[in-house]
Amino acid sequence: MASILRIIAQRLALGILTLFVVSIVIFAAVNMLPGDFAQAILGQGATPEAIKAIREDLGLDQPPVTRYLQWLAGALQGDLGNSFAQANFASFAGTTATANSASVAAQLGPRFENTMFLAGVTAVIAVPFSIFLGILAALYRNSVFDRFTNIFTLSSISSPEFFLAYILILFLAVLNPLLPSLSNIYEGMDFGDRLTKTLLPALTLTLAVTAQLMRMTRAAIINLLASPYIEMARLKGMSPMRVIVKHALPNALAPIINVIALNLAYLITGVVVVEVVFVYPGIGQLFVDSVKIRDIPVVQACCLLFATAYILLNLTADIMSIISNPRLRHPK
Amino acid sequence: MTKVSRRGLLKTGAAASVLAATGVQVAAAPSRGGTLRLGLAGANTSDSWDSRTHSDSYMIMAGHGAVFDTLTEVAANGELVGELAESWEASPDAVTWTFKLRQGVTFHDGKAFGADDVIASLGMHTEEGAKSAAKPIVSAITEMKKLGEHEVQMTLKAGNADFPFLLSDYHLCMFPAGNIEASIAQGIGTGMYKVESFDPGVRTTLSRVDGHYKDGRAGWFDSIEIIAINDSSARMNALMTGQVDAVNRVDFKTEPLMKANPAVNIFEVTGNQHFTFPMLTNVAPFDNVNVRKALKHGVNRQELVDKILLGHGAVSNDNPIGPANQYFADDLPMNDYDPDKARHYLKEAGMDSLDIDLSASNAAFPGAVDAAQLYQASAKAGGININVVQEPADGYWSNVWLKKPWCACYWSGRATEDWMFSTAYESGVPWNDHFWENARFQELLLSARAELDSDKRRTQYHEMQALISSEGGTVIPMYANYVDAHSTKLTNSGTIGNVFQMDSSRFMERWWFA
Repeated sequence: MASILRIIAQRLALGILTLFVVSIVIFAAVNMLPGDFAQAILGQGATPEAIKAIREDLGLDQPPVTRYLQWLAGALQGDLGNSFAQANFASFAGTTATANSASVAAQLGPRFENTMFLAGVTAVIAVPFSIFLGILAALYRNSVFDRFTNIFTLSSISSPEFFLAYILILFLAVLNPLLPSLSNIYEGMDFGDRLTKTLLPALTLTLAVTAQLMRMTRAAIINLLASPYIEMARLKGMSPMRVIVKHALPNALAPIINVIALNLAYLITGVVVVEVVFVYPGIGQLFVDSVKIRDIPVVQACCLLFATAYILLNLTADIMSIISNPRLRHPK
Repeated sequence: MTKVSRRGLLKTGAAASVLAATGVQVAAAPSRGGTLRLGLAGANTSDSWDSRTHSDSYMIMAGHGAVFDTLTEVAANGELVGELAESWEASPDAVTWTFKLRQGVTFHDGKAFGADDVIASLGMHTEEGAKSAAKPIVSAITEMKKLGEHEVQMTLKAGNADFPFLLSDYHLCMFPAGNIEASIAQGIGTGMYKVESFDPGVRTTLSRVDGHYKDGRAGWFDSIEIIAINDSSARMNALMTGQVDAVNRVDFKTEPLMKANPAVNIFEVTGNQHFTFPMLTNVAPFDNVNVRKALKHGVNRQELVDKILLGHGAVSNDNPIGPANQYFADDLPMNDYDPDKARHYLKEAGMDSLDIDLSASNAAFPGAVDAAQLYQASAKAGGININVVQEPADGYWSNVWLKKPWCACYWSGRATEDWMFSTAYESGVPWNDHFWENARFQELLLSARAELDSDKRRTQYHEMQALISSEGGTVIPMYANYVDAHSTKLTNSGTIGNVFQMDSSRFMERWWFA
């Protein structure tokens, strides 16, 4: 047990270092993009005076290193700063940005909740579904069912997400109006409505992640089926299903958990396209909008969030595989 | 078609064209009720109720179109009518304007509307450090005097016959004096609809005000939900599947598919929005008027309308004044596509052929790069070799527009001739994106501005348009239509405004459930 705790501590420390590096890379990258917030927000209406006024208001006239250090100092104290967009509009109104209205945290919070909700619904559908498919495919391997499942999941992972989304909209919203094509969930919506509205994007994402999960399950199980202990189990006269579920699956868990963790991280960080198609107010849309207008504090916060999600989920995956494997749990 | 405006003062002949939308049923009497769900593009997470910052369709419609009012309003037929102002009068030189305000109007927080609110709300735009796009309008006012609770007198730097027209601008919304900060935060105006919830860039819900001064004339929905849908396919889908009742900015490419849906109607108007190719006339070779004329004859305008706008627009004769303007001159000699004429003018300029760069990016207008390539192909026959330079969309307005000698650009147009000209054609103004200067034009501009006689103004504005069209520094091949769509459950009076998208942004006031 002590070793697990040590691993966790080590990985968390490394994780913090990673976050630091990520923040530098992102900051540098956004600064290298042509144009800055003032130019992006003013567009055709930009005059040199207006650009200068906005830059001064937001401190964009200072050198990048100073700005980064200022941001870092704030971030270390848990203050992710104010969104440029909100701060800029507060200054329009002649007021100073208040912590509540303009802070990046306040802006990210509800969006992140929505993203987690979508990821959660998707995971609840996709994980059991793909593991079940994987087990069946392993059980009836090389049968017509196995081939069909493989072809189906591989074609769905090979299609771009927006295409899957439109296909689902066509069949489930246009031809058979079962589900709403618009997932504009908002605060204060009751859970049932929220779930209905989230179902189409969740199904789209399910199609996108099923192939990996299902094929990993199938491969891991088939790999084990050649082992002597499985043969023993078979010789005892157990049914094939029982052999797989009781004897093969527990030993195949480590790779499956790894793939699940990676896919969950993807669900949190990479579903911009699906959000756009279904107008889902998640964090991806906010992230892309912020990059467009070079709103560095929001971009930074989003990236940190994404990096944290990857680090934590990977850590969880490693810990889970250690726990699921007695040999690693009790190292000699 | 000439109508005398409400006060008869401007004798504007608000001929402002209009209308004839496709497929709008002739209306029965309006009926109250229902929740309108709009899916609108042009939303941003940085949106706020500060009308000084409004620049995109979502907030223009939610602000000026529903929650807030301005002093004057352009009616669906193009006529100028009073909104919060009941009537107005000008001194003979059009310098001093007296506005009588509507009585008994209250803000959503219960405060009564009066002269102080007008002065404070207009003052917001010239405040120290304010970045309002309407600053030029308000800074032309030298003095605002309160003559009574419901009467304001404004004195201008110089006579401007269009002044009441300018006050209909969507930036010039009325806020309650002394409480402007809070009303910007919560969206407190005098409009037909008050804010129930506002999530910038995501969703806005509004409810109908009880007992409004426009009762019986406008505002038929009980409540409104505006959903931000910036992605064009998602927006079209939302209308097709009945998730929303109307959408703006119909995608030209999917328009035929939408037309095939019996539950959806497309409505389309040609307004003043135009796409341009400004040349810097202070830079060779564009300083030569014959080169400019050659280029104007080198573009196949109809082809651009057909292929770039897919027919949703009209050919423009290098004229920034559009069909939605009162004094639009549609009888100017046409700068038609004629390679021989182009060659002829090149020869006049002492050239056999011309090699030039044209900078374009789809940031200028959708399809700008394709339009530049079509231009390249059509101009070749006239001995003009255009090299299309594809510029990055990021920073286009800062790095290319006003900097590169020839580029693509767009203008949404302005409600009045003077406003358009003084924004982009007057000598020395910052957005004169072609640096064109013409003494006669300048002289006409100043005299027409203060002219109250509409026949004289018409002659002057026609001459100015002729000057721009033949000698000006901008190639304006086309006007782009405003194309929006609604469910057949909705209907309106049969007249659709063409000042802006969605019935001049007044969709929420003017339409109802049939």
